[in-house]
Amino acid sequence: MKFPVPHDIKAQTLPGTEGWERMYPYQYQFVTDDPVRNQYEKETFWFYDGLHYPEPLYPFDTIWDEAWYLALSQFNNRIFMVPPVRGVDHRIINGYVYISPVPVKDGAEIGSRVPHFMERAGHYYKNWDALEAKWKVKMEATIRELEAIQIPKLADMEDISVVMDAVGESKGYHLLKNYDDLINLGIKCWQYHFEFLNLGYAAYVFFLDFVQKQFPSIPAQRVTQMISGIDVIMYRPDEELKGLARKAIELGVDALVCSSPEWTTVEAALKADPKGVEWLTSLNLSREPWFNVSTGTGWFHHDRSWNDQMNVPLSGINTYIGKLKQGVNIERPTEKVRAERDRITAEYRGLIESEADRQQFDELLGCAKTVFPYVENHLFYVEHWFHSVFWNKMREVGAVMQEHGVIKEVEDVWLLRRDEIKSALWDIVTAWATGVTPRGTFTWPPEIEWRKGVMQKFKEWSAPPAIGVAPEVIQEPFTIVLWGVTNKSLADWASVQEVKDPETITEMKGFAGSPGIAEGIARVCKTVNEVGELREGEILVAPTTSPSWAPAFAKIGACVTDVGGVMSHAAIVCREYGMPAVVGTGMATKIIRSGMRIRVDGSTGVITISR
Amino acid sequence: MEDSAVMSAPAAIVPLVCWLEDCHKDSVALVGGKCSSLGELIHAGVRVPPGFALTTEGFRHFMDQSGVTAAVHSLLSGIDCENLETLEGTSAQIRSLIESQSFSVEIEDLVAELYRKLSLRCCMPAAPVAVRSSATAEDLPGASFAGQQDTYLWVRGVDEVLHHMRRCISSLYTARAIAYRANKGFSDDQLAISVGVQKMANSYTAGVMFTLHPGNGDRSVIVIDSNFGFGESVVSGEVTPDHFVVNKITLDIIDRTISQKLICYTVDATTQTSHQMDVPFERQKVQSLIDDEITELAWMGKQIEKHYGCPMDIEWAIDKDLPAGGNIFILQARPETVWSKKPQGQGSTAVGSAMEYILSGMLAGRRVT
Repeated sequence: MKFPVPHDIKAQTLPGTEGWERMYPYQYQFVTDDPVRNQYEKETFWFYDGLHYPEPLYPFDTIWDEAWYLALSQFNNRIFMVPPVRGVDHRIINGYVYISPVPVKDGAEIGSRVPHFMERAGHYYKNWDALEAKWKVKMEATIRELEAIQIPKLADMEDISVVMDAVGESKGYHLLKNYDDLINLGIKCWQYHFEFLNLGYAAYVFFLDFVQKQFPSIPAQRVTQMISGIDVIMYRPDEELKGLARKAIELGVDALVCSSPEWTTVEAALKADPKGVEWLTSLNLSREPWFNVSTGTGWFHHDRSWNDQMNVPLSGINTYIGKLKQGVNIERPTEKVRAERDRITAEYRGLIESEADRQQFDELLGCAKTVFPYVENHLFYVEHWFHSVFWNKMREVGAVMQEHGVIKEVEDVWLLRRDEIKSALWDIVTAWATGVTPRGTFTWPPEIEWRKGVMQKFKEWSAPPAIGVAPEVIQEPFTIVLWGVTNKSLADWASVQEVKDPETITEMKGFAGSPGIAEGIARVCKTVNEVGELREGEILVAPTTSPSWAPAFAKIGACVTDVGGVMSHAAIVCREYGMPAVVGTGMATKIIRSGMRIRVDGSTGVITISR
Repeated sequence: MEDSAVMSAPAAIVPLVCWLEDCHKDSVALVGGKCSSLGELIHAGVRVPPGFALTTEGFRHFMDQSGVTAAVHSLLSGIDCENLETLEGTSAQIRSLIESQSFSVEIEDLVAELYRKLSLRCCMPAAPVAVRSSATAEDLPGASFAGQQDTYLWVRGVDEVLHHMRRCISSLYTARAIAYRANKGFSDDQLAISVGVQKMANSYTAGVMFTLHPGNGDRSVIVIDSNFGFGESVVSGEVTPDHFVVNKITLDIIDRTISQKLICYTVDATTQTSHQMDVPFERQKVQSLIDDEITELAWMGKQIEKHYGCPMDIEWAIDKDLPAGGNIFILQARPETVWSKKPQGQGSTAVGSAMEYILSGMLAGRRVT
């Protein structure tokens, strides 16, 4: 496979975006002025991380990329000493993130890392459950710290308590410090994120690897099915909605709850009713923490939580009330899922010929089952709960900046890098303390307007899936998961991209996420706010889904996503419900329109569009 | 008829004819390899085209009672097998002798009755059948000594059936078979053959099925190749068939390739023979087997494999004479030979604990291309 030279791609600057590099950290640039670095970049294989970044990164949102750049790499390379691989290097072109695993090239060095890896990773695998329990405590403490952070407003005159309590510090100082604390907590949270994740992925990847060696044609979804039916908290937010639906019927307030799609209207009606107040108490118990579930992946500032958008969980509760009143069972078919899991596991195992291989299968399956809850549950703690609270704290920072005229809208804050925000806060607090106008009131608004234009042009640009020189072998487990996605999908995505007129596409390919075939009317929902439009039996076409989309699955006949693999939310939930899913299609939401008749084959990964 | 009765009863009540359902893997001595394996498939729980067999007992009864045994014995005594001309002459004499004899009234009545019942089962006045020899020593080295394994297709009516049964019997006495037996020192006294009579599968679609992946030996899949018409276009490789890969454990179709199928074989209505024809253009790229049929076939494949305990190579057909739901037939099944001789997949990949496997996997890496 031949890929373009990164520097050639970068050299073709989109007109009107000249100077975009200043929107991102300097070390993310492909360079031409440093011959050594330039040579390394040219000889290296970089692939577009479309799995995490379907859209160009806003300058502030780069924080999570930097966070995992550090965290993944350090755990691989400095903590667990993964023998053949160091970390994963990052670059950005036109807002799109390119990554590359860095191998350990010297055979002797690989060998010397082996005993360390066996000791260190071995310790985690051996004590997984106990260490995971400790992780949960650390993580919850970190979230509590985050929730406690105050972003102070700067008053014209400080409160009298500052004097009476002899605080000796101003709100200006607190603003600077608390912003730093906020950022540091974010980075810390991502340190924890990767404490277990790569080892978890490795256990899963090599279970998959073993089973695929035994059964070269086994669909990946069948391997993941062998570790299904394990209770993970991903289902919890949805379970809360079901519980609230039951409670509403029990209290006789279901009609009130369903009286409007607008949460504020419903809430007002409930407050006027004693039973309604009782129901609201139950709701509030569910909201913390379970409504901190993001309506997207949680990676981006525009992914809002249920708590931010109460109409979304309200629509879910309404769906479940409707189902319950029709006498439909809304319980997850857990027993059935487990029985089918055990059946297929036993049948595959029975087809393995040698006793040694059967033992290896048992070992790896056991290990994969041990790591599975973490691999799923970390998402709720980090990407959903922590991030949802974090984005809102940042909005409070944005509000202070807006108040002082440095940005025009709160949402403009995302167009600044986090270090630029720190500088702007210094500008604001020194000007506030001194009684003058911040310099930034003149410089930032036009820069932000320009950056908005740049972001728009970036969104219209199509990022090449891979650049540089492909290596023969990939060893980094995280990349293997990613690569499994990209390698196969690159060609498929490329072939769709090559079609001049997307209106003529009648067939698309993605990953077979959940088996079965369904035919029906497509409903494209770009965000979870649109799931209310879904009609019974329609096929949901979404960029990706997350636990916050769960109630939609009670209505649909099949699901198609742009992003995600066989372990993605949509695939897992569809397998539970026994409905077909094709995931990771790359661009289904761009090609399929609501109302089109489509056929989804979740066993082969093919989507056929009737035109 | 009880299976056990077939095997252990004294000679006097060994049947002259029997249904395929009454045959099983231990009845080779009675009904030959072909019929016993068809019976065995029925016991595996799958559908095979209905049929019956003239047993080796029926064969002997015919040969002795009609005086053929004695005549053949004298014709063959002292024959010079090196002299091809004499040999051919004697062979022709014996064969025409056999083909001109009548079966006993008893056998004629039995065959007529079974043929009538067979036609009734097929909802036809006179079912077209395949009449073929079923040798008792097929699996021995140099099996061809038993006869030419003649097969006569599209035979209709009881007289025709009886006639072709005799032709199958006479195929034991081709010049080549006589010479072979003489050279190997096989005595004609132990010679026995059975004749199978089976409903012709008038196939709308047919093909082959392997209960493992012939490309990589994966035992968790069933692979099906199909084309319109009779299976011979698929077996002979004259056409690129439709190709389906089915998950053996869950029976869902995990891969499908619909090919452009240019030709197929169907029966010529007037000559009642199979002939090649072009697939009409509008059907060339149409899937030749519907999904429900694929699933049912795969299910049958799984049953057959389970019954035999090893991966199988299977021929099947979908009969257009019979209604959907009861028209998928297994024509033949034999153990798969290529992968079954090799260790499974890539051989053992076990290294020990999960941790050791992960380490060795990391060190090996994953090839990108």
